[in-house]
Amino acid sequence: MSGPLLEITGLTISFGGLVAVDDVDLSVNAGEVVGLIGPNGAGKTTVFNCISRFYDPQRGTIRFKGRDITRARSHEIIRFGIARTFQNVELCRSMTTLQNLLVGEHAVMRGGAIRDGLRLRGVAADEARATARADEMLDVLGLAGHRDRVVSTLPFRLQKLIELGRALVSRPALLLLDEPTAGADQRESQGLADLIRRMRERFDLSVLVVEHDMSFVMGLCDRLYVLDFGRRIAAGAPADVRRDPAVIEAYLGEPELEVADV
Amino acid sequence: MVLRWLRTHGHAAAPYGLALAAVIAVPPVLGVIPGVAPGYVLYLVSLGLIYAIVAVGLGILIGHTGQISLGHAGFFAIGAYASALLTLRLGLPFVVAVLVAGSLSAAIGFLLGLPALRLSGPYLAVATLGFGLAIPQLVVWQGSWTGGSSGLHGLPLASLPLGAFTIVFRTDQDSYYLAAAVLIVLTIFARNVVTSHTGRAFVAIRDSEIAARAMGVDPVRYKTTAFALSALYAGIAGALYAHLLHGISPEDFTVLLSVDFLTMIVLGGLGSVGGALSGALLLTFLQNALTRLPVVHDFKNLYIVILGAILILTIAFLPHGLAGVTRSVRQRWAARVRDVGPRGGQIVELGEGSSVG
Repeated sequence: MSGPLLEITGLTISFGGLVAVDDVDLSVNAGEVVGLIGPNGAGKTTVFNCISRFYDPQRGTIRFKGRDITRARSHEIIRFGIARTFQNVELCRSMTTLQNLLVGEHAVMRGGAIRDGLRLRGVAADEARATARADEMLDVLGLAGHRDRVVSTLPFRLQKLIELGRALVSRPALLLLDEPTAGADQRESQGLADLIRRMRERFDLSVLVVEHDMSFVMGLCDRLYVLDFGRRIAAGAPADVRRDPAVIEAYLGEPELEVADV
Repeated sequence: MVLRWLRTHGHAAAPYGLALAAVIAVPPVLGVIPGVAPGYVLYLVSLGLIYAIVAVGLGILIGHTGQISLGHAGFFAIGAYASALLTLRLGLPFVVAVLVAGSLSAAIGFLLGLPALRLSGPYLAVATLGFGLAIPQLVVWQGSWTGGSSGLHGLPLASLPLGAFTIVFRTDQDSYYLAAAVLIVLTIFARNVVTSHTGRAFVAIRDSEIAARAMGVDPVRYKTTAFALSALYAGIAGALYAHLLHGISPEDFTVLLSVDFLTMIVLGGLGSVGGALSGALLLTFLQNALTRLPVVHDFKNLYIVILGAILILTIAFLPHGLAGVTRSVRQRWAARVRDVGPRGGQIVELGEGSSVG
């Protein structure tokens, strides 16, 4: 495959006159971890929601593996090989950890209410295979001990990890992480960065991560994009972006700047 | 093969075997209880079983998928009238009529599921209510072939061709076994659906539609599937109802019946197949038993007030319904026995989280 894995050009979307994302270009190459940063309300999650096809951009194209997915349906995205997590954790609250991971495998399983209801040949084998894959992922993430717990009874930190597992279990080519360090302390953030690196090696993964925590993205990402008021104000290697006057300006007064200067 | 299955699954299958034995034993046992008119009680039980078929299907829609319906009496009516007309007017065999009635109802359920894609909560409740209100009126309007408000009567007996000879369901006992058999088959089907790929997609939509879509669940497909499935159950149940009573009229399918269906699954516990089943039986018995209360101070409908009070108390103290009660008893038992927790995670009912762990 030539060209980047994900290529976004001229992405523009506005809500009621307010331009949330303004003519943004962005790309992720195979094997890269790319950060998308910026102050609150800069439009980072909006970019994610355009890629996930929850929002319809007014202009611009989103190409994945060379294919135009700008007008795809939201439930098709994971079948192309893009999985995601959410800023505020969107797990199936009433399900167990295992069941949540099985939902993550929805796209790679065969379906059919009649097939399931009659337990036609293959259903039991499919379920067993899916469960084995989910168990393997739970082992990798150290969640095996919480396998049969209902997720709403687990702490937020574990829920975030389960959501990561649910996104990874379908073996996507690109993982979209929306603020993975939310609610984590410094040490946990470092652990998470290590985990993401391990996952990249193990599953041949590319990652696009929206983050607030500057030290986290500086240490983890190969490249960064900086958004401010919906516009891309900088892009490049973390060390260069950190020194960029426009970025320092945008972050003026935000505590992240101090972290970035450490 | 059956023996081998019994050997490996014997322990888990034992409760089901006992339940089946109990189902078979009901008529003979009723026969020997003094002072009980077994025919009437069996008729009542059969009615409860038929309502339970609707409740099990509706439970998939409301309990698992999180889509409300206040119009399932409409599907029940469609099934009943379809089967009645097919046997009376076209002379089709009962079995064919029931299957066509169920399929027709499912198809209309699929269509009603389409507007449901854009509606939720109270809006969907009102839309389905409209459907439930309209169906009996359409029946009255098309009186020349539906019998209008006086209904259809003298329906042929239910029958089942088995090779060379045919079983005809004549007595109340026969009807009871027929209703029980259909309910058992459809309950197993429903359990299979909710504990598998399709069922997880339903619950994913209920818990977080955003997450479900991101995981590849097509909400159009699964919401319409849930509507069609629940309508299939209501349609088959309606067909059985028509032949059990040998006659139907539009008054049998008022909005109150839709509300009864909803009450059954809430009483039994949302998100549980067993709950829907027990809720339907309980409500049918309560409604009937309470009408036998003596009339005090000329207040004939006192029993409805008492029923209302029972419902309020049940919901207040047992928010997870009957299923919640059995679940907590089972958990307490498991804690006492110090067993190794739920098995495999596959059979764990996709119910309310707060009662677990």
